[in-house]
Amino acid sequence: MSYVYRSGHMLSFFLSRMLRAAITILLVMTFAFCVLRLSGDPAQILLGPDAPQDAIEAFRERWGLNDPIVVQYWAYLKSLWSLDFGVSMRDKSPALQLVLERIPTTLQLTIPALILKVGIGIPAGVYAALHRQSIADRGVIMMAVFGFTIPSFVVGLLLVLIFSVTLGWLPSGGQDTWMHGILPTLTMSIGGIGILARFSRSAMIEVLGQPYIRTASAKGMSWRDVVWKHALPNASVPIVTIVGFMIGSLIAGAVVVETIFSWPGVGRLLVVSVSNRDLAVVQCLLLVIAGTMVLANLAVDIMYGWLDPRLRSKSAAH
Amino acid sequence: MPFISIRDLRVAFDGTQVLHGVNLDVAKGEALGLVGESGCGKSVTWLAALGLLPGTARVTGSVTLDGQELCGASRSTLEGVRGGRVAMIFQDPSSSLNPVIRVGRQIAETLRIHRGLMGDAARLEAIRLMDMVGIPDARKRSDTYPHELSGGQCQRIMIAMALAGEPDLLIADEPTTALDATIQAQILDLLSAVRAETGMAMVFISHDLGAVSQVCDRICVMYAGRIVEEGRIDATFGNPRHPYTRGLFDAIPRLEGGRERLVPIHGTVPDPRNLSNGCAFSPRCDRATDFCRSNLPVLKPQPDGRFLSCFHPVTGISKSSCTSGQHESAAA
Ligand SMILES: Nc1ncnc2c1ncn2[C@@H]1O[C@H](COP(=O)(O)OP(=O)(O)OP(=O)(O)O)[C@@H](O)[C@H]1O
Ligand SMILES: [Mg+2]
Repeated sequence: MSYVYRSGHMLSFFLSRMLRAAITILLVMTFAFCVLRLSGDPAQILLGPDAPQDAIEAFRERWGLNDPIVVQYWAYLKSLWSLDFGVSMRDKSPALQLVLERIPTTLQLTIPALILKVGIGIPAGVYAALHRQSIADRGVIMMAVFGFTIPSFVVGLLLVLIFSVTLGWLPSGGQDTWMHGILPTLTMSIGGIGILARFSRSAMIEVLGQPYIRTASAKGMSWRDVVWKHALPNASVPIVTIVGFMIGSLIAGAVVVETIFSWPGVGRLLVVSVSNRDLAVVQCLLLVIAGTMVLANLAVDIMYGWLDPRLRSKSAAH
Repeated sequence: MPFISIRDLRVAFDGTQVLHGVNLDVAKGEALGLVGESGCGKSVTWLAALGLLPGTARVTGSVTLDGQELCGASRSTLEGVRGGRVAMIFQDPSSSLNPVIRVGRQIAETLRIHRGLMGDAARLEAIRLMDMVGIPDARKRSDTYPHELSGGQCQRIMIAMALAGEPDLLIADEPTTALDATIQAQILDLLSAVRAETGMAMVFISHDLGAVSQVCDRICVMYAGRIVEEGRIDATFGNPRHPYTRGLFDAIPRLEGGRERLVPIHGTVPDPRNLSNGCAFSPRCDRATDFCRSNLPVLKPQPDGRFLSCFHPVTGISKSSCTSGQHESAAA
């Protein structure tokens, strides 16, 4: 709060960040726009291989696919400017609505997963750093390596094999009850727990070796206070980077898991729309995904300044 | 009775002994200089005394403070001593302050721990201390972060933080090494002034013999984890007896002597992992004999009041000092 007044650069910091964010999003959109159109014909895919030639021609004409790509692109930008995100080529419903409908479904998985990642990964890593070379530390390192080296589809299949096929405790697909969410949530959290445990551990070990920790002990502070008041606030800077990245992928991070567990979220919509070349829907999805990532990034930058006064002047100077 | 008394202090890291039985007393109000080349164990001695070494260090021996044993003492005993009875400041002031906490608050933390001051009382006292150690505009500066202050100002903050617990002893571990010459002189003046005002004892760890002679009453020379010579400043400076002490003095650039007087000690500091059985300094010593290389000299009181650990000390002006023959027969 006080640094807003003191640095006086907050406004220009925000503006430059927003500008950069806008450019990033525009680049993503342009790239997706071109690749989608150059890599397959929506008319052919949507109407099927047996569709008569004149039906295909009519479809192309209707969606403006016969225009030169520059003309299409300009039309797309103009409609974006008026917040028109287009309609689905399949059922003509507004693309934005299709996307927004799916977001809560995805968040049902990704938010509990994020809570698990943060709630288990960070404490485990910090505990390991505080008890180096102990059995607990070794256990955390092993779990962390396991967590982030095994791909999530393997974890997912393993969990299904154990809990659905062998034990028969939990359903392996669908979205009917909260029980259905357990396996996908676990699948998604394991890698993140490993990553966060490893990062928190190394961040904490780095901080505990700093001279100011010795200073804090030398003034007679209890070890508990040294850890909570002096070590953790410093270690939180690198940890926040990872958590920020995880927050940024709350919406887009579930593609693989939603596919494995047939969870009807944003990820499923993306996979289906890309294979159907449902242009407006894919473009709208990418816009939303890029937007959340950019926002999370901005939030991380602001958090940095809040956590570490040394970064305030630097980030403002960018 | 000495205020703090270190007896046979030994420290090992992963089986490598770096401190080989250090004996050291500091009296109330006294200023003791501790000198020696890098790695000889000056910092480790005092970090061990306060229980501040990492868990990988094995510490044995005894450290008593007003008769109270600190070596192996409980956490709460040590926490009461640290910062309250014995404060410590370090070589690199900028990295010794927490970068994410305002300096005023870092001082106030000590006030809370040792003097029970909270809130505004702690804030005002922190500002008073900052003022006392010569920080201009202390009220405003108390709200700044360490990176906004210069190295010299950070060291002043460290000193203010040390004084906040009203300690009886300040361990100043190379407090001026990271600072430039004018700031060094200012910090030394400040330490002397603070001592004059509070009567606090001080251990001044330094490479700079000039600084030691300026602020200390007594000097202790360490080599490879042992004390090799100890005595009053004037006596030791006037007549260094240990060849190593002698070497340190000869390596000081002197104004009147010109460049040719500067004689660095040849050879390098021994690796603590493979020390010889004899005197650790013997490989670098011009006076060493075969006897020195196979027998360990012990620190012994000398007739002139100093302590010395050498079989062939430099014979000084003083006729009453021991001859080397006596040492050899005593050790044999
Ligand atoms: N945490 C540690 N782990 C392992 N070895 C250490 C540790 N701290 C110090 N040592 C070793 O102990 C020996 C003494 O170190 P110490 O820091 O006391 O030297 P010093 O006399 O203070 O030197 P300097 O003038 O460079 O500060 C050195 O050989 C050093 O490598
Ligand atoms: Mg040192």
